Parts: sequence; structure tokens; C-alpha cells
Amino acid sequence: MGMEDVSGRPRMKPGTSRSPLGWARRNLFSGVGNTVLTLVSVYILWMVIPPLLDFTIFSAVWTGTTREACLVPDAGACWPFVWANIDQFIYGRYPPSEIWRVNIVFALGIATIVPMLIPAAPAKRFNLIFLLVVYPLIALVLLAGDRPGLPPVPTSEWGGLLVTLVVAVTGIVVSLPLGIVLALGRRSSMPAIRMLSIVFIEFWRGVPLITVLFMASVMLPLFLPEGLNPDNLLRCLVGVALFSSAYMAEVVRGGLQAIPAGQYEAARAVGLGYWQAMIGVVLPQALRHVIPGIVNTFIGLFKDTTLVLIVGIFDLLGQVRAQLSDPNWTVPQGALTGYIFAALVFWVFCFGMSQYSNFMERRLNTGHER
Amino acid sequence: MKNPLVALILGILIGVGGLYFMLPYEPATRGAREIQPEAAPVTEGAQRVAAGSTLQRVKRRGFLQCGVSQGLPGFSNPDDRGNWTGIDVDYCRALAAAIFDDPAKVRFRPLSAKDRFTALQSGEIDILSRNTTWTMSRDTQLGFDFVGVIYYDGQAFMVRKASGITSAVQLAGATICTQTGTTTELNVADFFRGRGLSYQVLSYEKNDEAISAYDQGRCDGYTTDASGLYAERLKMKNPDENIVLPEIISKEPLGPAVRQGDPQWADIARWTLNALVNAEELDITSKNIDEMLASENPLVRRLLGDEGAYGQAVGLEGDWVARIVRAVGNYGEIFERNVGAETPLGIKRGLNALWNDGGIMYAPPIR
Amino acid sequence: MAKAGQGARRGNGLGFSWYNPRVRSVIYQAAVLGIVIGLVWFFVATAQQNLERLNISSGFGFLDTTAGFGIIQTLIPYTEQSSYGRAFLVGLLNTLVVAVIGIALSTLLGFVVGVARLSRNWLLANLAAAYVEIMRNIPLLLHLFFWYFVVLRPLPGPMQSLEPVPGVFLSNRGLILPEPVFDASALAFLSALILAIIGSVFLVRWSRKRQLATGQLFPAWRVSAALIVFLPALVWAIGGAPFHLEFATRGSFDYAGGMRLLPEFVALTLGLTLYTAAFIAEIVRAGIQSVSRGQTEAAAALGLKESTTLRLVVIPQALRLIVPPLTSQILNLTKNSSLAVAIAYPDLVAVFAGTVLNQTGQAIEVISITMAVYLTLSLLTSLAMNWYNARIALRER
Repeated sequence: MGMEDVSGRPRMKPGTSRSPLGWARRNLFSGVGNTVLTLVSVYILWMVIPPLLDFTIFSAVWTGTTREACLVPDAGACWPFVWANIDQFIYGRYPPSEIWRVNIVFALGIATIVPMLIPAAPAKRFNLIFLLVVYPLIALVLLAGDRPGLPPVPTSEWGGLLVTLVVAVTGIVVSLPLGIVLALGRRSSMPAIRMLSIVFIEFWRGVPLITVLFMASVMLPLFLPEGLNPDNLLRCLVGVALFSSAYMAEVVRGGLQAIPAGQYEAARAVGLGYWQAMIGVVLPQALRHVIPGIVNTFIGLFKDTTLVLIVGIFDLLGQVRAQLSDPNWTVPQGALTGYIFAALVFWVFCFGMSQYSNFMERRLNTGHER
Repeated sequence: MKNPLVALILGILIGVGGLYFMLPYEPATRGAREIQPEAAPVTEGAQRVAAGSTLQRVKRRGFLQCGVSQGLPGFSNPDDRGNWTGIDVDYCRALAAAIFDDPAKVRFRPLSAKDRFTALQSGEIDILSRNTTWTMSRDTQLGFDFVGVIYYDGQAFMVRKASGITSAVQLAGATICTQTGTTTELNVADFFRGRGLSYQVLSYEKNDEAISAYDQGRCDGYTTDASGLYAERLKMKNPDENIVLPEIISKEPLGPAVRQGDPQWADIARWTLNALVNAEELDITSKNIDEMLASENPLVRRLLGDEGAYGQAVGLEGDWVARIVRAVGNYGEIFERNVGAETPLGIKRGLNALWNDGGIMYAPPIR
Repeated sequence: MAKAGQGARRGNGLGFSWYNPRVRSVIYQAAVLGIVIGLVWFFVATAQQNLERLNISSGFGFLDTTAGFGIIQTLIPYTEQSSYGRAFLVGLLNTLVVAVIGIALSTLLGFVVGVARLSRNWLLANLAAAYVEIMRNIPLLLHLFFWYFVVLRPLPGPMQSLEPVPGVFLSNRGLILPEPVFDASALAFLSALILAIIGSVFLVRWSRKRQLATGQLFPAWRVSAALIVFLPALVWAIGGAPFHLEFATRGSFDYAGGMRLLPEFVALTLGLTLYTAAFIAEIVRAGIQSVSRGQTEAAAALGLKESTTLRLVVIPQALRLIVPPLTSQILNLTKNSSLAVAIAYPDLVAVFAGTVLNQTGQAIEVISITMAVYLTLSLLTSLAMNWYNARIALRER
């Protein structure tokens, strides 16, 4: 029904009225079938929206400091549970006296990423290098500590949104360069390098992330020399980075395929070497083409960070689950409240990224249709 | 066109440098690769090189890495501020006191049932003190040495009072919740199989999930070591509505484990445990330790290092037991403080009483 | 390196010179291969040394050892005396069953939502869009937790089971359905069904041939449908019902007998389906939108009916764009089914990389086998889809 209208946009017939009633007749009740669909939609909405609003807003408990506040009959969401644990949700068990370090890392991250996202902002290249090289080091020193003036904070005390972001950002920062190298390798004219790249990429794309994390947490230590014991979080970061770089490689490869071979040949003809031609001519065009794909990979990676909770690292979702088992906050509606909160946080991040990706896509498309 | 290339190379260099900078957390292990035994067949000499390494490494690092549970009241449990309490925790403190004369020089590494063995195998922790059952396969196939028994436990079932069940044999047809990767999962199968009873088992990755599944009614019963049942019951919505059934269906000797191949370290761990029990046998407590140092009893004098050089023989100081007892008390004190009658767990000594007091807790003499 | 390809020195490719691109290519490849082999050798040697030093057993002999633990859902006979290898099969089948059902349901739902997004009905189109945007931007694990911990766990206990339809019980122990038990007449019924299907195939072929030869249309599909429904129904009417339903009975703890869908299974299937359907919907929408309107208009101009246009013009073209990304979603769903471990559904990862790994301690072997299984599944799915893709691609000529 309505399938033949491939544009998905309602067609405006000339001479039809623009009044709301006319609009409704045209878009909702234009025939028997259409009316049935409208009624079905209204029914679904009626089943979902009022209970949801009632739970999250109207019947919800908004104030209070203990679980007793939420133990009223027919109460909806228990928001005091979220307020009381908000520090754990953001920082995990990071020592309260050291939280300023995390805040600096967050602030610095926002300050670098925002100009990166605005197409008109200057100094993109400098910004990118700062984001990919300098920022991770600053963040590492600040978060892990063990330097003069910065007492060490073992990663077992990190948690919540902090860990979610650390895993996601590490995955992004490592997977981009590694993915580019792998994509170039897969398109290389040297058979050995091409084969190795294909095997590497297809291996990581063929296995579920959870087995990669299991591998990192229980198998990897056996492959390292005695005395070299990276902690659990670092091992998982390595796993996540390798995993996402394989996906990134496929996205970048798509971009490389879209660049006509003439570009590369022309670059070589003016005397540039392979790397000079790639870095100076081909990659900038290819990457610009696949920005939406790259952002989509990031979205997938961001959602996948939740899997680390299965190997005992407390990301945002893991921390929500941990706080749920706190006897001080055992309320019947606690689980749903906590999950709605976590879902909202993830949704805001992912939806934001996908909207940005759409925006870039439109920008790129108009750029081509000059 | 040179700039991006330089930047890329610089980036890779800094990245690799950063990784190196992050990998070994404590400076001490950075040199550890140099004293790696050669790949050649392990000769006696090579073994001796490895032998000294754990104690040396711990000393150089300045603290002990102790693998504990993620939270089991009475055995190893962190409070809101991350302070750990429990029998397993106190044992690690005793070990730290014996080595450093400071029970605080220990870092606890919470481990799931799944991660614990790898963590010990890989050297991430120096000792695993995490209510782990001493079994033959673990002792012989996983590359561990168990150094003794710190708590004689046995597996039991917990059910809801309202179910009217009073004995485990009435559980035919029930669904039982348990944690995956433990001996409990095998024992429960043996129990029902041996009696020809049908049952269903639901295994969760995390203990907390198994308990909440039971608590919410997904299962009719929950099973783990009896001590664990008493501890977990405290976390339930209504502790009083659940009972522990009388049957003990397995032997669960819980004890600390170390890596194989370092006899000195195993000796230190073993005799720290024995010292705790011996101290209780000789009535040396954290309160009377200073008076006891003046004791004329040859057994006490040997234990506290006034006679002989027992501590030195394993690479410790002569007063190692005095340090231990001053820091954490004797075995009986540790038991009563963490799980005894005065605590919410309220567990009786039972099997864990001394051999001359109706139990089977027995330590070889120090002489 | 920077002087690469300075044309003049390209030469005949025989001289051994650093500037000879073929020589350099060989050297590069040798170097990279050398590094990779060196790394692999280093890791393998280290692992061997570690296993030896720590006295950890290795090898695949453990697969024949008695497992000794129970599994809550087994599609093939399994007891505690079965081997670890058998436990592996049980886990694998549990993974496959959830994947197959999830793929079927999510493809169906994905097509419905994808088509709904293109509906002319403003409300329905926006409802579908909202569904897609909400579902795909929330982590799958959160979906699973929601269904398992929020929806299914708080259901009443087995003794207070809900009974929405007589004989169907819903409790926190799962959904219990009556089990169909086949009777003597089942054979006749089944033969009738198979006969009807074979007959329809011939009928369709014959009608197509006739259409090509004479241009006359024969309502082959409708006749076939009627055949498939009425022939078995006739047998049923004459020979009696081919099966009867066996209802679950109340046991001491729970209902016994019947077919049971575990809450873990239901939660996993629901979560996987609803999450993946959002992605499939987007793929379907893009596929249909890619068919230009000129095609539809041309078909209409030829006098084809709307349904015929859809069946013969729009869908075949859209499918060519839909199938490749659909394959990767199907693979994703299969891989994502490994999240079962978080809600205790006994899939391959939970049973094998969970329990078996812990009981044997042989991490390297167990993880390698698990990964190999998923790699094989991925490979098989993409091979099947490539074959299908090739068939569809041929039709365009």
C-alpha cells in the first residue's frame, strides 16, 4: 500500500486546500486502506505513548534521597535513584578527590572535537593530529596518573560513562589509521600484502566482538611473555581497536574505490611516491567521500562498548546494573528507570552522530551536483 | 607535502611510545623480561632463577597483588569507599605483613570466577585468595599449587521458605540457579544424577545475576558453598524468607593458590596460613602478642622467631609471625571478625574449629 | 622511498637495483611477511613456553571428556555424562535456532517497517521512522536487558502462571505451549502435502510455458494455493487429525510436558529481532527508493496491474540492492546472538566459551574453536548469499 509512491513524499495535487482538515484527508484518510493504516497507527501510539509518559513523567518520583521515596504504590520511574548515583554513572569508582582529572579530560575532548565537526572551523589538519596523537596521551597521563602530583588510579576503579568514552575513543583513534593502512593493503598490487590484509580484515569481521573480548581477557595473557601483564581494560582496548579497524578498513576501501585511478596515476606522473600520492591526493578525497560511513562505524563501536560489561569492566550500562544490585536502592521500578536512563544517554550520543552523518552526506552530495 | 608524512611517522612513534609507557603499570615489572628463563629445557639453575622471582618482584614493586572476589560478604567484600574486608582479604594482609611488616601494602584485584585462573597464570596477581576450591584438576592441570585450606566448606542449597521444602531430595523437577565456571555447577549435576532425580540448571556468568534470578523467582533454588549462601542471603529482598537446606552435597576446601614453579613463594604462602592456625593453637592473639614475645614456651618462642631462623629460611625476617599476628590476629580472630557468630553471617566454627576443639583445622608444626 | 617510480630507471626488470619497482615490491613483501611470521612465531613460542612453565594441559583431547554439567535447553539428547564435544554441539544448535528464527522474524518485520516508511500515510510513515531511529540507536545489550530483566523476569511464578489461551501458560519460567504429537494418520497427511506441493510446481511450470507459447494467462498461483490447502485438508477430513496436542500438566514446581520457550530464549529472540529489523527496514527503504519512478510509470503505461508491477518490476530491481546489505545484517544477527551469554541463554558462547572453558581451563583451544565456528558460519552465509545474488543479477539481462 503506497508502495508505488517511490519518492516517499506526499504528492501535492494542484488546487487542494492547505487547511489541516484537507491535509488530514489527503494524508491520513484518502481511502479505505489508508484509513485502516491510520487507525492501526493510532492504536499503536495509544498503546505506547500514554504508558511511557505516565511512567517517565506523570507518575514518576522526582524528589527524594532514599529508596523509601520510591516505594509509594503505583509510582512510576524512580529518578532519585539516578540522581543519587549520577557520580557512579559518570565516573565509576574513580576516587572523588581525583575527579577533576576526568573533568579536564572531558572538557579538553569537547574543546577539540567540536571545532573538528564544524566544517567551517579552521586548522583541521592540526586539530586532527592533536586529536589523534596528543590528546590520547594527555588523557592517559591524567586518567591513569602515577606521575608526580597525580596519584595512580588503577583501571579497576574506572567506570561508567568514563569507561564507555575511553573504550569508544580509543577504538576510534586507533581504528582510523589502522583501517586506512589495511584498506590500502587490501588494494595493494603486492599479492602477499593483499592476502595478509584480506585475512586480517575478514577474520575480525567474521567473529563476534564478545569472543574477541573473551580472547583478550582470558587467552591473550598466555601469549605474552612472563612479567608483561597489561591490565584487563588495556587488553580489551586492544581487542576493540583491532576489531573496529577491520570494519573501518572496509569503509575506507569503499571510498578508495570511488576515486578514479586517474587521480593516483596523475599524482605518480608528477613525480610523487606511493605514500605521497596516497596521503596528499587520494586519501583526502576518499576519506571525505566516506565520512558518513566512518561516522556509522563509530556509532556501531559506541554501542558495542557495552559488551565490555560481560568481561567485568563497568561501562555505563555495567555501572547501572551494579548500582541496581545496591540494597539501598532496591525498588521494583529501579531496573526500568536505570535502563531508560542508560538508553537515553546512548540514544542521544548515537542519534547525534547519525544526524551529523546525514548532515555531512547532504553537504557532500550538494558539493558534487554543482 | 612532507608535513603529513612527518606527522604520521611522529604519530606512530608517539603512539608506540605511549603504549610502552602504559603497559607495565609498576616500574618494577619493566625489568622483569630480562630475568626470563631461557626457552631451553628447564634446568635446575633456571628454576632457581624463577624461584626467587615472585618474592623479589613483590618486594621491588612495594606491594602485593592479591586476587579476590568481586564481592562476597565475609570472604572478600568492598564497602562503599573501596575498603575490603573478609577472610580471604585478611589472609592477603597477613602475607603483606609477613613480607613488608605493613598489612596495607596489598592491592586487591577483584576477579570473576572466569577470570581468576588466567589472572594467576599470567602473573597479573601474585596470589589467588578468592574462595577457590582445591581440586585435583585445578592443582595438576591449571599450573597452580594450592597452599592449604583456609576454610572447609561444602555446597548446599537455598530455597524459599514458602515452598515447604526441608530436604534437598525434595528438589526433584526444580530449576536451580548457579554461577557458571565453578565446581558448584558440577556438584549439583552429580547430586541429582546420583539420586536419579530430574532437575534443570540455569547458569549465569555472574554470581549476582544468579542470586537476583533466584530472588525474583526464576529458579526454585540457588546453590553455592554454604558459607556463600549465608553471605548472599544478606543481599536478598527478604533474607528471612529463605532457608539453607541441611544437606551438604560436596567437599569444598577453600584455599589460596599460587603459580607452579616458584617453591619459595609457595612456601611463604603455605606457612603464612599455617602460622595463623598455629598462632591460634598457642593462644597468641593480636592483643597479647607483646606479652607473648616474652613467653618461655619453646613452641611460642619458635613461632615468634625468638628461637631458630624459620622466617629467614623462606626469605622473610625472623619476626614474620609476630608481624602477621600484630596486623591481622590469629586464624580464630580472623574467622570471628569476618564470618563468626557476632557478624551478620553468624557462621559457627564447625569443621573450621581447631583439631583439638572438635574441628579439622590442623597446621603442621613450626620447628 | 620518496624517489619511487621515477620513470627513467624502470628498466627491463632484470637488474637487481633498489630503484627497480619489482625488486622493491619483492623486498617489501618479504619484509612484511617476515614481520608477520616473526610475530606469529613469537606468540606461539611464548604461548608454548607459558603452557609448559605453568604446566597447563593442551590439545583437543578434552572434547571426549565427560562434561558433567547440565544445560537447560538441549535440542539433541544430552546428559551430564555426555562429552564436552556433545556440549559444544548443544550450544551450537542453540545458537543456530535463535539465529534462524531471529533472521526470519527480523527480515519480515524489517520489510514491513521499510515499506511502511514509504507509505503515503503520514502517520504510519512517521511511526515507522520513529521506530527505526529509536531502535537502532540503542545498544543491543540494552534491548536484551530490557526484555529479560524488565519484561519477562517479573512475570508471576509458575504456580500463578497466566493462561492467555487455554493450554498456554506464561510465567517467569517461560512460555509453555501444548506439544503436537503425531498420530498414525500423520503419514497420509504429510504425503498429501508433499504431493500437493510437487503438483503445484509442475502446474506453475506448465502455465509459464503455456504463457510463453500462447500468451494466455492461467491463474497458476491461485490454483496451486488451493491445491496445497485443500488436498491435505481432504486427507484430514477423511483420515482424522494427523496429530493431537499434549497439554502441559502441573508438576510439583512447574508445569511439566508441553513445549517450553525459555524466557532467556524469548528475550534474546525479541531483542535481536526488534534491533535488526530497524536496520533491515532502512535497507529495504533504500532499495525500493532506488527503483526510479519511471519504471513504475512505464509498467503502468503498459497496462500492468499494481500488484504485477510490484512483483515483476519493482521488487526484482530493489532486491538486487537489498540483498548485499541484508546479508551483512543477517551475519550481524548471527554474531550478535552471542550476547546470549549476558542473559544466560545457553548458546555456543555461553556453554562452550563460558562453562567448558572454565571447567577445562583450556582457553586457547576453546576460544579458537568458538571463533572458527563463527568464521565458518559467516563464510557459509556469504557464500549462500553470493550464489543467490548471482542468480538475481542474471535476471537483469
